[in-house]
Formats: sequence, C-alpha cells, structure tokens
Amino acid sequence: MISKGKEIKCVVWDLDHTIWDGVLLESEKVNLKDGIVEILELLDSRGILHSIASKNNYDDAMSKLHEFNIGHYFLYPQIHWNAKSQSIAKIREKLNIGIDTFVFVDDQSFERDEVASIFSEVFCVDALEYAELPAHPRLNPQFITEDSKRRRLMYLEDMHRNQEEEEYQGPKESFLASLQMKFILSDCEEEDLKRAEELTQRTNQLNSTGRTFDYDELNAFRHSDRHRLLVCELTDRYGSYGKIGLTLIELIETHWYLKLMLMSCRVMSRGVGTVLMSHIMQQAKKDGKKLLADFKQTDRNRMMYVTYRFANFKEIENDGQGNILFENDLSTIQPFPPYIEVNVREQNTSAKERYIDGTQPKNSFVY
Amino acid sequence: MELNQKIRSFIESQLVVFEDDAKFEDDENIFEMGFVNSLFAMQLLEYIELEFGMTIDNEDLDIKNFSTVNNIAALVNRKVG
Repeated sequence: MISKGKEIKCVVWDLDHTIWDGVLLESEKVNLKDGIVEILELLDSRGILHSIASKNNYDDAMSKLHEFNIGHYFLYPQIHWNAKSQSIAKIREKLNIGIDTFVFVDDQSFERDEVASIFSEVFCVDALEYAELPAHPRLNPQFITEDSKRRRLMYLEDMHRNQEEEEYQGPKESFLASLQMKFILSDCEEEDLKRAEELTQRTNQLNSTGRTFDYDELNAFRHSDRHRLLVCELTDRYGSYGKIGLTLIELIETHWYLKLMLMSCRVMSRGVGTVLMSHIMQQAKKDGKKLLADFKQTDRNRMMYVTYRFANFKEIENDGQGNILFENDLSTIQPFPPYIEVNVREQNTSAKERYIDGTQPKNSFVY
Repeated sequence: MELNQKIRSFIESQLVVFEDDAKFEDDENIFEMGFVNSLFAMQLLEYIELEFGMTIDNEDLDIKNFSTVNNIAALVNRKVG
C-alpha cells in the first residue's frame, strides 16, 4: 500500500465486505470487521473525516450502522445504486476539500477501478488492507489541534446549517442574519500557533501566497515589532467554525505589507473574506499607510485573486510566473456586511507586552 | 432578453441585500451598496463566462468593469463583440 501525496482529509468506505463481513441485502446478520470501530475512532481523533460509498438500501444500511453505534462517524453517506465515482464527487462537493485528499476503501477491484478511472488522484485501497490505514503516512497528519479534533463536529454543524438554509423560504440575507454570525479578529496567541501552522499547510483555494510557516517562524512573527499576525474565528448560533483565517502583515515605513492572507474553505459562503480584507484596509489607513501585498497565482486560488482585485488592489509587478505584487491606495474600502458582527481583540500592539497577572483587560472593540 | 436585463436579473438573484426590493439603476455602483462578497464576485464571473462564452482575464478584472450593470455589459460587448 504505497502512496505519496497530500495528507488525507477523508476516508470513503464501502460497507459489505469492507466495514462488515457479509452482504446486508442477503442477510441482516453481518458482523463488523475486527478493529473497525477503533480505526474509525482513531482516524476521527486525528481530524480525518469518514464517509460512505455503498450500493445498498439507504435506510437498512443506516439503521445497521446505528445498531453498531458507528453511524455518527459518517458525513454525507452515499448509499444508493449510482456509480461510486459519483458518490465521491458528491462527498467532495459537500465537504469542499480537494479530490487528492481522499482515500477510498472497497473490497471489489471493479469499484476501485471505476473510481480510479474518473479520479486518478483518489488513493484506492483494497479492503483487505484496512487495518494498515492508521499507520499509513498520509493518514498521520503533522498536526493534531483542537480544531482537528473537533473537525467532524464542525462539519456536522455545517450540515445542519446547510439543511436549514435549503429549507429556508425567506430571502438569503435574512437567513444569513438569522445565523447571528460573529467574526472575531485577534492577534495570534501562543495557543493558536499550531492551528496557524496547520492552516498554512491545509488551505489552497482561499490563500494569497501559499507560503507555509512552521511553529517557530510564526512564533517569531508574533513577537516581532515589525509584524502583525492575526487569526480569525467565526461563530454562529450553531457553534464555532474554529480558527478559520490567518493573515501576516509586515509593517514597513510607508506601507502595511500583506505577506499572507488565507481563509478556510469552510466559510466560503459566509462572506467573511471581505471582512478581514476591509479590516486590514481600515487599520492601515488609520495608521496613515498604504497597502502592499504579495500574491502567488495558482490554478486553484482564483477566488482570492478576485477578492484582491475587487478590493481595488492593482498589480504593480507581475513576473509572468504567477508572482504578483499588489498595491492598494485605500481610496475605497468596502463596509462590513450588516449580517456579521465584527469583534476586534487587540493586545498592546506597540510594546506587545504580555500581562503576567492576566488582570489587565485587553483593548477590544466591537464594530 | 436584452443584455443589460440578463445581467441585472442575475445580480438581483444573487446579491445579498437587506431590503427585499432593493433597487439599483444600470449605472449605479453595486460595490458601493456594500453587499458584494468574494463568493458573489466569483459567481458573477462564472455566470458571465458561461452565459456569454468568454474568458475573463486578469487584465479585465478591474473593479470598474464590474461595478455597474452598464459596465459589465460594455465589457461583454468588448470581449464578445
């Protein structure tokens, strides 16, 4: 079972002869494979998601999974008679993660080949080898953070939101308002560093430069007087999306220089990218500076490019290889959308002091 | 359907605004209305590319080209001509 590539974000399981021995349509008496519950649990704790692509009767299969008490592990299970490549496409669309971060486990080579014929990037594994999955390098993420442990729950909260959104009859904006979203911007604290590092590694679509930084580098920026490292969190009435955005700014004489801006794909439909951008623009303007921004254009981050351009950034350098330098004179700044409450928590930025006794409140404000 | 009308109906169907009957003129700046987010921008681009069979290049992505219904129509006419 050799495979090189990105870290796996989702395992898609077949059911018959894969999760359990036996064929559910032939007999209700199927038995879970040895150690399957432990594997599901272990991978789940690493922040790896599970789903299902099985040709079965949906209700029967789901009630069997719940009987085994493992139904809650699976997001957007695809249990029907369509091609499994379609099932995986559907799961990918729902989770909004790259196709090259999937592993597909099935006992039938026909099914694995069918998936591979459509998606050569999917790592297809024979069910015989399921027990080796937890030891595989691609299923051992470099970081396990609070956010990764909560990942499945966050996607579940998302499922509920989406369900309600689909059922919601009124206009879109009043639905967004009904979520009571809060966008919280704060200077990166020590406990955020692992998640920040993880974000630089995992985020492809909404990422301005794709630069990755390790823990120590990020920690150095945090203590540097010439840098601001901001993290963003989004919450709503269903819960928290966790830390979903990061930006690194270098403060130079005439400009604030944006080195990195990224936002998790999970919050793409919430209109928060523009909020972070507007905040940075307002703060730079208040400081009497203009903005510069590095940008690395890829085949996946067009939305980020559009975000910059529509925020009135102009290309001042472009090497034709996708490396761009943007400038923004801050003449127009988009207001925040009215359906999001924006909270800014600031530490004492000039001295970057740490209050040892923890009693002194941070300077914070709400827009 | 007239070009302006097509573009307008797409924007009206996608734009997040609070007043149900928010009206804007063909020469009114939709960005200054304050409800344009990245996702909307992306949907707008995809719509234009698909509907009018054209590719929007980096150099076309000036905010001015997209700020009003008239400007979008002008861009389409220029590109598809």
